Amino acid sequence: MPTAIEQPLISADPTDLIPKRLARARPLFDPEILGRATKQSFVKLNPVTLMKNPVMFVVEVGAAVTTVILVRDLFGGGAAIGFQVQIAIWLWFTVLFANFAEAMAEARGKAQAEALRKTKTDSVAKRLLGSGKTEEVTSSQLRSGDVVICETNDIIPGDGEVIDGIATVDESVITGESAPVIRESGGDRSAVTGGTKVLSDHVKIKITSNPGETFLDRMIALVEGAERQKTPNEIALNILIAGLTLIFLLAVVTLQPFAAYSVASTGLGHVPSVAVLVALLVCLIPTTIGGLLSAIGIAGMDRVMQHNVLAMSGRAVEASGDVNTLLLDKTGTITLGNRQAVEFLVVEGVTELDLADAAQLSSLADETPEGRSIVVLAKEKHGLRGREVGEHEARFIPFSAYTRMSGVDIDGRMLRKGATEAIINFVVEQGGTAPASFRELSDRISRSGGTPLAVADGPRLLGIVHLKDIVKGGMKERIGQLRAMGIRSIMITGDNPLTAAAIASEAGVDDFLAQATPKDKLEFIRKEQAEGRLVAMTGDGTNDAPALAQADVGVAMNTGTMAAKEAGNMVDLDSNPTKLIEIVAIGKQLLITRGALTTFSIANDVAKYFAIIPAMFLTTYPVLGHLNIMKLHSPESAVLAAVIFNALIIIALVPLALRGVAYRPQGAAALLRRNLLIYGVGGILVPFPGIWVIDRLLAFLRLA
Amino acid sequence: MLKEIGPAIKITLLLTLLTGLIYPLAVTGVTQILFPHQANGSLVTAGGKFAGSELIGQTFAKPGYFHSRPSAAGSGYDGTASGGSNFGPTSQKLTDRVKADVDKFQKENPGHTGPIPADLMTASASGLDPHISPDAAEAQVDRVAKVRGAPADQIRSLVASATESRTMGFLGEPRVNVLKLNLSLDNRYPLSR
Amino acid sequence: MTTPGVLQIVVFFLVVVALTKPMGLFLTQVYEGRRTFLHPVLRWLEALIYKLCGIREDEEQKWTQYSFALILFSVVGVVLAYVLQRAQGHLPLNPQNFGTPVMTPDLAFNTAVSFVTNTNWQSYSGESTVSYLIQMAALTVQNFLSGAAGIAVAVALTRGFARQQVKTIGNFWVDLTRGVVYVLLPLSIVGALFLCSQGVIQNLKPNVVVQTLEGAQQVIPMGPVASQESIKMVGTNGGGFFGANSAHPFENPTPLTNFVQLVMIFLIPAGLTYLFGRMVKDTRQGWAIFATMSLLFLIGVAITYPAEQAGNPILTKLGLDSTSGNMEGKEVRFGVSASSLFAVVTTDASCGAVNAMHDSLTPLGGLVPLFNIETGEVIFGGVGAGLYGMLLFAIVAVFIAGLMVGRTPEYIGKKIEQKEVKMAMLALIATAASILIFSGISSVVDFSKTGYWNPPGAGTANLTNSGPHGFAEILYAFSSGAGNNGSAFGGINTNTPWYNLTMGLDMLIGRFLFIIPLLAVAGSLAAKKRVATTSGTFPTHGPLFVGLLAGTVVIVGALTYFPALALGPIVEHFLMYSGKLFAAVVGSLPIWS
Repeated sequence: MPTAIEQPLISADPTDLIPKRLARARPLFDPEILGRATKQSFVKLNPVTLMKNPVMFVVEVGAAVTTVILVRDLFGGGAAIGFQVQIAIWLWFTVLFANFAEAMAEARGKAQAEALRKTKTDSVAKRLLGSGKTEEVTSSQLRSGDVVICETNDIIPGDGEVIDGIATVDESVITGESAPVIRESGGDRSAVTGGTKVLSDHVKIKITSNPGETFLDRMIALVEGAERQKTPNEIALNILIAGLTLIFLLAVVTLQPFAAYSVASTGLGHVPSVAVLVALLVCLIPTTIGGLLSAIGIAGMDRVMQHNVLAMSGRAVEASGDVNTLLLDKTGTITLGNRQAVEFLVVEGVTELDLADAAQLSSLADETPEGRSIVVLAKEKHGLRGREVGEHEARFIPFSAYTRMSGVDIDGRMLRKGATEAIINFVVEQGGTAPASFRELSDRISRSGGTPLAVADGPRLLGIVHLKDIVKGGMKERIGQLRAMGIRSIMITGDNPLTAAAIASEAGVDDFLAQATPKDKLEFIRKEQAEGRLVAMTGDGTNDAPALAQADVGVAMNTGTMAAKEAGNMVDLDSNPTKLIEIVAIGKQLLITRGALTTFSIANDVAKYFAIIPAMFLTTYPVLGHLNIMKLHSPESAVLAAVIFNALIIIALVPLALRGVAYRPQGAAALLRRNLLIYGVGGILVPFPGIWVIDRLLAFLRLA
Repeated sequence: MLKEIGPAIKITLLLTLLTGLIYPLAVTGVTQILFPHQANGSLVTAGGKFAGSELIGQTFAKPGYFHSRPSAAGSGYDGTASGGSNFGPTSQKLTDRVKADVDKFQKENPGHTGPIPADLMTASASGLDPHISPDAAEAQVDRVAKVRGAPADQIRSLVASATESRTMGFLGEPRVNVLKLNLSLDNRYPLSR
Repeated sequence: MTTPGVLQIVVFFLVVVALTKPMGLFLTQVYEGRRTFLHPVLRWLEALIYKLCGIREDEEQKWTQYSFALILFSVVGVVLAYVLQRAQGHLPLNPQNFGTPVMTPDLAFNTAVSFVTNTNWQSYSGESTVSYLIQMAALTVQNFLSGAAGIAVAVALTRGFARQQVKTIGNFWVDLTRGVVYVLLPLSIVGALFLCSQGVIQNLKPNVVVQTLEGAQQVIPMGPVASQESIKMVGTNGGGFFGANSAHPFENPTPLTNFVQLVMIFLIPAGLTYLFGRMVKDTRQGWAIFATMSLLFLIGVAITYPAEQAGNPILTKLGLDSTSGNMEGKEVRFGVSASSLFAVVTTDASCGAVNAMHDSLTPLGGLVPLFNIETGEVIFGGVGAGLYGMLLFAIVAVFIAGLMVGRTPEYIGKKIEQKEVKMAMLALIATAASILIFSGISSVVDFSKTGYWNPPGAGTANLTNSGPHGFAEILYAFSSGAGNNGSAFGGINTNTPWYNLTMGLDMLIGRFLFIIPLLAVAGSLAAKKRVATTSGTFPTHGPLFVGLLAGTVVIVGALTYFPALALGPIVEHFLMYSGKLFAAVVGSLPIWS
């Protein structure tokens, strides 16, 4: 057994959008998969199934016809048996190679599906009866609407929604992520998935799917390709190559009478044999793309899967390549989830140390990330260590939406931090005053995109902590790449326009939607679509569902609600909103691979004509030897070389089909120029040396 | 959709009337007034009778005339059967015909040396080509001068005056109208009868 | 090649470039129903036609209705032309008394179809077969109508790109009427008067018999030529009054008329590219199409002219001047340059008029016209036909290569999807099938010499030439038919029931199985939303696209026809240089009869 070749799945280009480490990546040629694919290549020879692929079906018919004639000639004593044998063999290989490509892609999916299926054991469920008692049933007996109880170490029997309780759940089966997640009733973290395991506590779950329709079932079906439907573009491409096949069939079939005329008018040579005509036909019809088309599609879905994204249809992956507008949530996507303290700004007469000290004290009990960042900043800038609260007599005032501030009463001091207005009110209440410069300071921070957090010590205003949204590292570059690809990124935020504008400019997005309500989002998507743009977005909450459904590509976070997952056409198992950008890149890569191989396939024909046509008519018109620009050894070797090249190129391109062509984000014009050069011009040129080398080999081995 | 049948028939008849009768008849009327000579075939007279059209070539076989190109129109310059030989470049018949014409030319013009102007040995497209190239005329000057008993240079100047140059200096090719040349030849140096 | 020879090609091209925008602007005004400078003179006529025919000017049609109107109109045209021809013996304006017998049913069918489909293939020779009335009322009429119908289809397809989310693509009757009244008729009148002033005849007199200088009788043909000649060029019809077509001195008397006729062929097709850009609101798109056409045109001339100038080495060996070029089948007044240019132009466009006999072109010189036709005559092309044909190739090109920018294909803001691809392939397959299958059968079929179908006997017995050139005559005929060109390797006698009927079918397939799929595309596109253009959109206005589109045209054509062409002009080229001659016409082939 050859060892599996470890290859990077994508180019090592640093600008490449697709991350290098793929969660579910496996080597391109896994021995087990290879074995399975080889077996499938033969199973797929069944003409009934092959008929769905008109190009390869024509090849198979050609191979069969050649074989029948060969058998007849073997017994009837025909000429050029050796040549015919080789043609027949290579024609069969052509079909097998194409089958192998498809089988490889499918096998990779199947392997993944099996891993998933292993987790899908029939678990026992505790169904809640009307009486309040539970009965034990198998998970396959559950129907949508049933309510079950799940306790520690129970496998959740089906997809559903937590209607009561809170629990930690291990979802590694689905996400590959071992850290447990919290699932609780109400809100946006209520969805649970069948097959996952409750680690602690117990919950009441309302089942939302019937057996066989669960998320896991769908996932298995998707990766297995069982439900694979051809995408619109794939169907259109199939029509194109079927049409070309028909045209070439016409060209080859009518060549017979044309040849008969030529032979009669010169009195020389003979009409080409059926084997040669079939060889010409097979070389001309777009076998390369015909053989690899479905593999490209399956592999594209697979690549999405490797990124831990579940696409509900190939159509969605295709559409993601077409996206013009990307809606990105500010929080968590463009910025780190939380604001951080970056600066202490004091009012006159207060030292920064005082402010830092007060701010830190008031935040000691504040477990929010903002609060913690204040403690950290004070420590970093002024060496103030977090003090043990127990040493002092302290009463912590928690944040409330009503007062809009929090703080601590400690050692007689009333330290407060909160929204500027709230703190000013507090200070005034305590008998203090707020200088106008204080408000200015606060406004300045707002304008710069930050959040001012005012700090007061009783009636005394101390200053402001500057909380800032931190734009994720590399975000600006990514947005720039998107722009190069012709995609506008729109930041969605609940912030006021002032703050939004500042962050938008820092992140480099093209536009933003401030103070956005779910309805605004939906309206915005509709407007974009009316102007002919395709929109992609991510979402997790139930209120995102309408927008997710309206968007052309809606990626729901796996942590999100069932409603969001149902509404979107993809689910990101990692719940990483930034992945939208990668999904777009994968969609584009899929389409490019298709186009590149189609172009390559058609461009290849030029050289094949130059190999075969002179060979076919050399006896009738010796002057046609002038067209034998490759100086091929003999008519037989020329035809064979073309057929062999045609078959081998399919195998040679399998890795490319499975992996996708290298994609770097750039404008369409540059991409087109590059790909036309490689796959168009390259497609015309490559076969010349390729056929020549095979011809030399054939001559050397005395095979023709 | 059947309601379209009415318009289909009506518009066909109406436009037939407009473009098939009114238009050509009106153009005929106008051109008969504006360009009667051209509209009626640019006919030339000799001795009071129509001797041909200045645009349509004629067969000239007599040695005293400048010869036209070979013609594939009927039996030669047949106004009712315009057309070329339609021989392809690898046609045996074409080679045979040219070979015969070359032999004939060399016999008739013993003074000519060098390659023969191609137009004189090839059939025109219309079979009615009124022209030959200046080279083709030059190739025949000696023969015509000899038969007509005129100095070659004078014949040459007749050829020159019958030569039309390229329109605006770049359109078409320089050419000699054979009928006009032969008419002026008859005027200046009549053949002895 | 000579300096004036090159110069006239360059000047011709520059004139076309200069006329494209003004012509395009005018055409846009006409087809968008806006007021043109001709409205004061001709609006009443347009309105009168609508009134008399019961046409509602403001009523638009869906693509199905539009197609149906076009088909119906064509059927009526074929029937009328057929009846008129068959009845010519009983009708006036027939000074030569051409009877009905010469106009056999199969010839009348072929001719009627030929003119209605804008092909103008002529199995007959005008001066010996057709009366003046038929020339005018049947043939000249169809020159107008088929031309106007072609432009209408191109405009309808353009509307498909220009509009969004609507069901209709215009009104066929209105487009047709406007094309005739504002475009073809005025151009024809001006053209006819100019041509007549230069010597093209225009009268209704019987033929004149003259006595030649050598005393022989010569018949000088007469007839209403200028009026037909003019529309024959501007409508890219190409059906000559005389057998020799634009080589005939009465059709094309001077180098100047020749030049003007060339411009007339390209005038509307070039203008339509501008109309396209204008109507889709991005003139760069129109210029890109124009540039593609120009590129292919110039390549064609760059092959044909040198090939013709090089002449025929076999004849050079016999003592002919090699510097004169290949003069067999050419007129002295035009010479090699203007004849080569004409051969390329007439087959770039689906005109089919000839000023030199294509059958006698050198193999490479003849390959270019044949290839031009087989690629669908999209290099400026027939009026309307060139634009819609090129748009078909644009759809194919964008579909194949467009994926390579990582988006599903789109052209002019319209997604190219299943339906468009299906229809484009249908059109390509139909024409290829017609050309290849009919040529295939005709190359080997055998008929009884006493039978009805083909009195000469075998399908190849109708040929003047043998060897690869004979085959090229058959291939050219069916290519010309399906391409609706009408020019010929004239050595083939197609006036037999077999050829008249198969060519008739060939022309119908080439016209309607091309137009109807494209109208379906127009309907489908019009209903679509226009997608936004971004830097991620496949750019269809730059040199890259021009190269891609030109490459698609050439490669699709070459892949389809290379085997056939290899056995025709290509092998003939090598044979000519090896001095090989072909004598006997191939008779019946035992294996196939």
